[in-house]
Amino acid sequence: MNIVVLVKQVPDSGSERKLDPADNTVARATADNVINEMDEYAIEEALTVKEAQGGEVTVLTVGPATATDAIRKALSMGADKAVHVLDDAIHGSCAVQTSAVIAAALGQLEYDLVLCGAEATDAQLSVMPALLAERLGLPQLSGARKLTVENGMAKIERQTDGGYWEIEAPLPAIVSTWDTINEPRYPSFKGIMAAKKKPVQTLTLADLGIDRATVGLATATSKVVDFAGRPPKGEGVKVPDEGDGAEKLVGFLAAQKIV
Amino acid sequence: MAEVLVLVELNPAAGGPRKTTLEALTAARALGEPSAVVIGAPGTAAGVKDALAEYGAAKVYVAESPEVEEYLVAPKAEVLAQLVAEKSPAAVVIPSSPEGKEIAGRLAIKTGSGFLTDVTEIAPDGTATQVAFAGATIVHSQVTVGTPIYTLRGNSVTPEPAPAAGAEETVQVQISEAAKATRVTDRVVEQKSSRPELTEASIVVSGGRGVASAENFSVIEGLADSLGAAVGASRAAVDSGFYPHSFQVGQTGKTVSPQLYIAVGISGAIQHRAGMQTSKIIVAVNKDPEAPIFELADFGVVGDLNTVVPAATQQISARRG
Repeated sequence: MNIVVLVKQVPDSGSERKLDPADNTVARATADNVINEMDEYAIEEALTVKEAQGGEVTVLTVGPATATDAIRKALSMGADKAVHVLDDAIHGSCAVQTSAVIAAALGQLEYDLVLCGAEATDAQLSVMPALLAERLGLPQLSGARKLTVENGMAKIERQTDGGYWEIEAPLPAIVSTWDTINEPRYPSFKGIMAAKKKPVQTLTLADLGIDRATVGLATATSKVVDFAGRPPKGEGVKVPDEGDGAEKLVGFLAAQKIV
Repeated sequence: MAEVLVLVELNPAAGGPRKTTLEALTAARALGEPSAVVIGAPGTAAGVKDALAEYGAAKVYVAESPEVEEYLVAPKAEVLAQLVAEKSPAAVVIPSSPEGKEIAGRLAIKTGSGFLTDVTEIAPDGTATQVAFAGATIVHSQVTVGTPIYTLRGNSVTPEPAPAAGAEETVQVQISEAAKATRVTDRVVEQKSSRPELTEASIVVSGGRGVASAENFSVIEGLADSLGAAVGASRAAVDSGFYPHSFQVGQTGKTVSPQLYIAVGISGAIQHRAGMQTSKIIVAVNKDPEAPIFELADFGVVGDLNTVVPAATQQISARRG
């Protein structure tokens, strides 16, 4: 069972995140960059399947040079090798363009299963499995809280409001995972040391046969026109509960004509 | 007037269109004349077309097939792509559910277009407003290629009636073999609730770590029920096992934007703020006067939730008789 896990490096959602006023793209160079939290669940799931069924786990990332940190994290958790698509021309690409790059990179790999996190915490689109499924003609099994791989089929429980859908498809397939699916392992010291020796292949757009003019900000299918910080809220009222907290709260709701 | 396709999201429990559909019809009117697209099992359109017409659908495209609900996402994208090719609409507007976003993405690839997700407003020139980075940044974006596709975040637009003809037009549904790759074999409802759906509710009451136990979430539910509100939970409360994950509000859960959000025993970590920061009125109850949630709150009570909330519930119930 060969598995490719898509990994994205994102600005830490717990730190201040910004757009770069120079070109209205995510300010990655100055950010506190980490592996997308949701991808750790996909890596864990890939390792679990591999441990049960054998095979190899390959990490695939598209991103700037700093994204090697995210790759090392994935390798230290136990992935076997990595492919890093690294090309300055990709900067500013929209999801549609990025999906073309990832699809081309997947075209150079052998896999039964592609796993990814159900969303990246920076853009929160949650669409990459759908885009790749559409491009590659693969089944899309997105939003999993449980994955079973057996007899050439992948089955998931797709998390929904108040329940789940059981969905299934033949392999090869693309599966995305929520944080309800497992508890990602922490890299062990041994894992961290081993990761340093694991192979990381760097590919450029030329290696993938992609015309540089078809990716990047200039030909993106959507663009940010302008942005601004959210206007600060007016100073709120904060009252201590001196036995009358409930009364004051209900009084506020009444003044707002809610009760 | 330019035609704008609006994908209808159905409410299987209540039978009609979801409120998000009426919001999408309202938002689409900024761009042109909405045509609603109903994709579902035979008989689906009959139950929704009056509501669609009332909210501005000049046409209702009826794409009914017994097979369409058997497969995930792809058949709906195919039907929409077929309509985009035939009708050359000015834009497509889709309610921003997980499925809606995936349909938008597949449609973008099929039609060679750009798409924008979770927009909160669409201007007549097609510029959309989005909220980025946990609500900290307001972004204006445009689609620059093809037929613009938008997914509209729930509760961002107030549905306004604008009666229109709602003329039905039947669409032949032909699902390709490729779109049948992923089969839906069962739909399981685990939590039946009489409360409103979290992302649609006009009032949300959420509990956090401060609620302290699963049993004590009855305090949150009590206040929610007195207000006719939905119940939410912070990630800390969900991770502690106090409340199910499907009610989680925040970065890795739901994003809500109700008229009133009441945060009880929630400190207000960035992770949580990401999911509720755009709520119109925010009220917080927390025993820690330094809790960051108070920076967001229009009204905050510093006190023990176990005394303040039950008392407030009682007073609200008394007022409502």
